[in-house]
Amino acid sequence: MLKRFAFAVALLAATAAMAENQLGGLRPDTPLAEESEAPQIPAVVNSDVRQVRNYPDQPPIIPHKIDNYQIDLNVNKCLSCHSRTAVEASQAPMISVTHFMDRDGQTLGTVSPRRYFCTQCHVVQHDAEPPVANGFLDVDSVLDHIIGAGEEGQ
Amino acid sequence: MTDMTRRDVIKAQAVIAAATAIGLPIPAEAQNLVTEADLTQLNWNKAPCRFCGTGCSIMVATKGGRVVATHGDSKSEVNRGLNCVKGYFLSKIMYGEDRLTTPLLRKKDGQYHKDGTFEPVSWDEAFDIMAEKWKKTLAEKGPKGIGMFGSGQWTIYEGYAAVKLMKAGFLSNNIDPNARHCMASAVAGFMRTFGIDEPMGCYDDFEAADAFVLWGSNMAEMHPILWTRVTDRRFAHPHVKVAVLSTFTHRSFDLADIPVIFKPQSDLAILNYIANYIIQNGAVNEAFLKEHVNFKRGATDIGYGLRPEDPREVNAANAKDPTVSEPMSFEEFAAFVSEYTVEKAEEISGVPAEQLEALAKLYADPNVKVMSLWTMGFNQHTRGVWANNLVYNIHLLTGKISTPGNSPFSLTGQPSACGTAREVGTFSHRLPADMVVTNPDHRAHTEELWKLPKGILPDWLGSHAVKQNRDLKDGKINCYWVQVTNNMQAGPNMMQEGLPGYRNPDNFIVVSDAYPTVTCEAADLVLPSAMWVEKEGGYGNAERRTQLWHQLVNAPGEARSDLWQLVEFSKRFTTDEVWPAEMLAANPEYKGKTLFEVLFANGQVDRFGPADLAEGFANPESEALGFYLQKGLFEEYASFGRGHGHDLAPFDTYHEVRGLRWPVVNGEETRWRFNAEHDPYVKNGKPFHFYGNKDGRANIFALPYEPPAESPDAEYPFWLSTGRVLEHWHSGSMTQRVPELYQAVPDALCYMHPDDAEALNLRRGSEVRVISRRGEIRVRVETRGRNKPPKGLVFVPWFDARRLINKVTLDATDPISKQADFKKCAIRIEAV
Repeated sequence: MLKRFAFAVALLAATAAMAENQLGGLRPDTPLAEESEAPQIPAVVNSDVRQVRNYPDQPPIIPHKIDNYQIDLNVNKCLSCHSRTAVEASQAPMISVTHFMDRDGQTLGTVSPRRYFCTQCHVVQHDAEPPVANGFLDVDSVLDHIIGAGEEGQ
Repeated sequence: MTDMTRRDVIKAQAVIAAATAIGLPIPAEAQNLVTEADLTQLNWNKAPCRFCGTGCSIMVATKGGRVVATHGDSKSEVNRGLNCVKGYFLSKIMYGEDRLTTPLLRKKDGQYHKDGTFEPVSWDEAFDIMAEKWKKTLAEKGPKGIGMFGSGQWTIYEGYAAVKLMKAGFLSNNIDPNARHCMASAVAGFMRTFGIDEPMGCYDDFEAADAFVLWGSNMAEMHPILWTRVTDRRFAHPHVKVAVLSTFTHRSFDLADIPVIFKPQSDLAILNYIANYIIQNGAVNEAFLKEHVNFKRGATDIGYGLRPEDPREVNAANAKDPTVSEPMSFEEFAAFVSEYTVEKAEEISGVPAEQLEALAKLYADPNVKVMSLWTMGFNQHTRGVWANNLVYNIHLLTGKISTPGNSPFSLTGQPSACGTAREVGTFSHRLPADMVVTNPDHRAHTEELWKLPKGILPDWLGSHAVKQNRDLKDGKINCYWVQVTNNMQAGPNMMQEGLPGYRNPDNFIVVSDAYPTVTCEAADLVLPSAMWVEKEGGYGNAERRTQLWHQLVNAPGEARSDLWQLVEFSKRFTTDEVWPAEMLAANPEYKGKTLFEVLFANGQVDRFGPADLAEGFANPESEALGFYLQKGLFEEYASFGRGHGHDLAPFDTYHEVRGLRWPVVNGEETRWRFNAEHDPYVKNGKPFHFYGNKDGRANIFALPYEPPAESPDAEYPFWLSTGRVLEHWHSGSMTQRVPELYQAVPDALCYMHPDDAEALNLRRGSEVRVISRRGEIRVRVETRGRNKPPKGLVFVPWFDARRLINKVTLDATDPISKQADFKKCAIRIEAV
């Protein structure tokens, strides 16, 4: 049996003392009619450490700054490290084979123009704590539960 | 796992290798790869994306009752395997840890109290208090005392059930969707010009056009997958040109051959200049005009949709009747637009003459197939209907319409703004299939299809989105149900209209949602909703494509679909309680029945038994009712459009295919409407037939430039424009709960020109107050981000629940469409 979340009740207990914003959520503290200090603009994570993907189909996040990267009619700065021919020098991951495919799944001689604007799918991460946790379980965790439940059953 | 270093991994692998070498059995958990097919196989099914109006098809993988992966559907013509970053993270939107799992009611001392504290209650208690409030208000004030606010994110079934419950059950037209904020100007533009709603072209135009013109649309961020099709076309075919028009520089400008920054509202002057250029340069398609077009002069000085006592309404000559028009000749139209010379257009818009001419030439050149694209820049505009009419003028003058690549294309914001809000007719003035409540024939036809007594449907115009908030504040609407939308955050002028309306002690506010939004926070009763693939659903995208999906996982806790909520609530009322006594006396067969029996167990909606349910998919609503609710609703709804230009295929077909574009006639979808080669409804023997209008012709409208409702002045010297960002969907209630999307764009920022910042002694990261005549927020300044406003304008996105920019916006609307203008108001900036 997978984990079920019963947060509404716990949340209520935690916030009952506060006069406003009983439900928490993305605006936990400041009453709707009031304003609070805006947080500082957080820094972009620039560790260059690759992150585990939630599932194989997920586009990897960008683990470095891309300030002032030009991606326009003339230039694609990202490809200067991530193109097929650049990775030996850059040691950056090569763009995936899917990025060479046109609408019909045929591989082209170069990057498919439909994949040209990298930032439509690949995004940087800021050093900011998410206000609400996410309980998504990747398939390995789900399989662990299934295998574990099977063994308990035996 | 993520804390493991490379060394740990190698060490663990060494243990396994050693055990294998000496022949010891390896425990299952130590194996580094699970390979058994029944464990590794994922259950993949299709569903349309939960976010924008593009309508990408998604493949969703489930395992152990959970969504474990999603990717773009390679079989879908819309997206051919692609997703944007939001779409790729759909797997996580349902798993925010603060999902609402039980109804919550504000209580004091065990009783409902407006100022009480939210306490968990049962669904029975929730419906009991709702029914009590609804019955009291209906008895005291009648149907005008209740209201409902829904969504272009409602499934087709939900919107259809809601409109039946409100209009046929409670006899109230006070139902409107958030699509009013999004598409209403496009709808009114279509109805005025063509007499029938929604684009004539389709996405196939992307691969056929020679030029793309973006009129107030940042497709790179808001319709990223359609942008991939523009990008593909532009790069693969170098003759193709892209023009991008906006009041500030944004990501779509990265692909622009003709980048155009214009002053807010001056798009009206540019559009008229292009019409004038076409006429002056002999580029008019005279044969097309003669056969297919009328000319009309529209009313001017029509006000700004503000409260009637506002001086801007009192002083407007035609605020009361903004839609009227009178016929005119081509020569009169030519004379009307002749004042929009390139000099005048340059003066009004601030756009250099050579840019204006380059743009006009794209339209005037008979060898260039042009696709015009627009979204909120046109629609959220106090002259939004005019802007829609004026862009059609250009395409009609040149005959560049309804053929592959020649396509004025109104993009849709929400996943089912077309499918649910528009086609089902959840607007306060509408009925299904483009019919309206004010037309007695339309009401009679609806009564017949719904098996209702003759004359029962209300004929009065219900309150639209902005007016609903005003009515709540004024105490005219006292019972209000909000579903699938976060209007406290999304609606304009929150501090003067939205919040006072919800917290008015006379009112009882119910909000159904999956997550605790700021709208829930302002409510009195919160109902937990199932979302996306936790229920069976259907959406209709921007190119008339209808897509259905099955329920793939169960909703958490007590969360239930909005459809279930609507149907269950209908069981709490009898006709005797809510229909006029004389109506029941004249139609005694309806006496004593519940609204559920009259609306849903009516011999039509309940005609498909459980045997019709697809195997392998849960459907708790239908299982409990004993009939296939969604199929019954769909087929009854489809009876409105079949044979009337809105034909849908049989229900079961949509569970097999990746959507079909209506009208679907003899199993064939329609790609280009009004075109004899493609559209079976063209019956006039000519190449084109604009059959939405009785005379078969489209209308060109003479409409001028008029100033906006509020412009910067000495006290409030900046323009404010609001909008979305790529990484967040609307108010962020789903995407802000996905850590990767949150961390991509954690906070709303105030994008401004570095010179403006410097003049105010500010720099990137400074905290400021953005202040209007209506409210203020605190926010950080960004001078180097993806949006680069010109001097005198700032842009603040609205996804951030902590930075509620709609405290600042103005609730002026287009007087025809009643859609609010979120793109223009006057503000000042102060350092904190």
